[in-house]
Amino acid sequence: MNATATAAPKARAAAPARGRPVLGRFPLPLRVLGYALVVGAALLYLLPFALQLVTGFKTDPDAAAHPLGLVPTTPTTAAYQRLFGLSQAGDGVPFLRWLGNSTLIAVLVTAGRVLFDSMAGYALARMRFRGRSLLFGFVVGVMAVPGVALLIPKFLVLNTFGLFDTYTGMILPLMVDAAGIFIMKQFFESIPREVEEAARVDGAGVIRTFWSVVLPMARPALITLTILSFQGSWNEFTHFLVATQSGQYETLTTGLARFVSGGLGGGTQYPLKLAAALLATVPVAALFFCFQRYFVQGANSGAVKE
Amino acid sequence: MPFRTTHRTARHLPRGASSGPRLAPGAVGGDPRTAGSPGAPDAPGGSGPKAAPRTPNTPPAGRRRGEGAWGWLFVSPMVLILGLFLVLPILMALWVSLLDWDGQSNPFTGQAKFVGLDNYRALLTEDGLDRTLFATSLRNNVYYVALTVPLQTGLALVLALIVNQRLLRARGALRTTFFFPSVTSSIAVSTVFLFLFQGSGAVNTLLSWIGVKGPNWFADSRGVLSTLLGGLGIVDPDHPPGVLADHSFMGLSWYEWLSGPSVAMCTIILLAVWTTSGTFMLIFLAALQDIPRELEEAAAIEGVNRRQMLRHVTLPALRPVLFLVLTLGTIATWQVFDQVYVMGQGAPGNTTLTPAFLSYSTAFDDADFGQGAAIAFILLALILLITALQRWALRERGPRPGRNR
Repeated sequence: MNATATAAPKARAAAPARGRPVLGRFPLPLRVLGYALVVGAALLYLLPFALQLVTGFKTDPDAAAHPLGLVPTTPTTAAYQRLFGLSQAGDGVPFLRWLGNSTLIAVLVTAGRVLFDSMAGYALARMRFRGRSLLFGFVVGVMAVPGVALLIPKFLVLNTFGLFDTYTGMILPLMVDAAGIFIMKQFFESIPREVEEAARVDGAGVIRTFWSVVLPMARPALITLTILSFQGSWNEFTHFLVATQSGQYETLTTGLARFVSGGLGGGTQYPLKLAAALLATVPVAALFFCFQRYFVQGANSGAVKE
Repeated sequence: MPFRTTHRTARHLPRGASSGPRLAPGAVGGDPRTAGSPGAPDAPGGSGPKAAPRTPNTPPAGRRRGEGAWGWLFVSPMVLILGLFLVLPILMALWVSLLDWDGQSNPFTGQAKFVGLDNYRALLTEDGLDRTLFATSLRNNVYYVALTVPLQTGLALVLALIVNQRLLRARGALRTTFFFPSVTSSIAVSTVFLFLFQGSGAVNTLLSWIGVKGPNWFADSRGVLSTLLGGLGIVDPDHPPGVLADHSFMGLSWYEWLSGPSVAMCTIILLAVWTTSGTFMLIFLAALQDIPRELEEAAAIEGVNRRQMLRHVTLPALRPVLFLVLTLGTIATWQVFDQVYVMGQGAPGNTTLTPAFLSYSTAFDDADFGQGAAIAFILLALILLITALQRWALRERGPRPGRNR
């Protein structure tokens, strides 16, 4: 193994790009230390989720007495039964309502972003019209606006238009996303122009070219955009916090936040709180484990956004 | 590979306008901010002298008739939504920040009292509770930024360097493990941390195993720095030295400015480091895999050892990404809100209060929207200023990493 590191450069250049380390393997003590470090760090990243999962199946006294216990002394699904309204009406936690709102909003926001972001991205990448560069500068500028500075502004505009405390006010403002436009524009620029020109020669109009030629080719980018949009709107918190007031519009994030910070009189029912938090994480977690590479791409391209 | 392309994009973006041509190969003009303003000669039709050489495949001008209209049709949803829910609200909030408005009447019909810059004055120059609260929130956030950004960047870098080592088989699994917290809901993970750090919670149980009695994390408003120094007998937290107690800045004594983040704030810092390091690790990882192998091999032939390789090859190549991560981290940490909302709402003793949360609570809890909007704009200005400073620093060093490529 170590011999390859000193082999002729040519032979190594021919090896797969992600082949062996340039300087050969680490000496054993270092390798052991590396493993130890990394396993320790991994535990620190996993333990909170493990405890969350386990605590959801504990009784309240058990959770309070053995916060570190990885096995419930008296396993119970009481927390989940309460969340789903199977017992005791959930102690003021209308979980199914939150779940329904979050799902509805995430689906509609995602649909809007996929359509509008790709339309705008396509126009900015391919069409020539007066003011296009200015608009692109605008999109880049929008990504630089810090979100928290918009809390009160958003409330003002929704209030003025009579959209405060409505689904429209929760969904519509999120339906366009500058980072998504940016991703789509980059992708459309990588598609060869000849394809669209061939379509045009065949007599396809602008909409037909976009819909049946360009969009199908953009599938990888569209999947990325769909997943990131769903994750983003599912986890969204501040916008819903200022766009609504009534409990009927509460989402998983705002409902959970109010419940946890004592707004619903939750006391210290950690099994219930952690079970709710877990269920709020499950859809995104499932997406993450199925479509990891799109999240990874998002972290690198959408890095622009944060 | 899409992974790499997107990464490259991310790396170049913060250079802003100067990287315009790279970002937008097809854009008319180099600088997206200045070129193509309504008066610029980028008229539709593509027959202008500027456009012709850039798109050699452009069909005859006749075929492009109406493209301008189509273009505007395609961007109209974006223009409408961003205009209505981003540009307009900012203008409205600017107006409201000059009013004394309680959220009841209509602020745009003259029913609310116009107070000019009073809201800003109360926050920045006049003695009083408003300024003291604002200064407190600034102090808290400064400590939050000063601790979170280096910790998350350092941790992300170390994790990336380790995960990038080919000697570890479980690379994919590790990447997943470290990245997972970043994709989950901030509210959900805050809930988990609230559970872990309660007085008799998991963290304190762990600490008790090694004989340490953990604090009551979320109720402890003592400054970490003053507590540490107090523990060493250097200062007495109950009787701070006269110089520090007697002088003040923006309504806070020097002692209060210098006492460090509170114990409660430290839990929020830990949470932030834990959740964000995964994202930044991925950015570093992508950059590490972008380092040309020939470069490392050339260094290896020169006979460098591991430390020299890290010091003279790897880290210099990571420099642009390091700046990106620091910029993103700083911008994000100045906006901390969700965690504060769930974990303390400013308590204990206002030591987890941040400007973002203060802006929210002033407007929505105290019904003082003018003041809340003013805080938001000061915060906005602060973040934009810091971003501009960091971009300037980034641009100064721009040419150097270019040589590595």
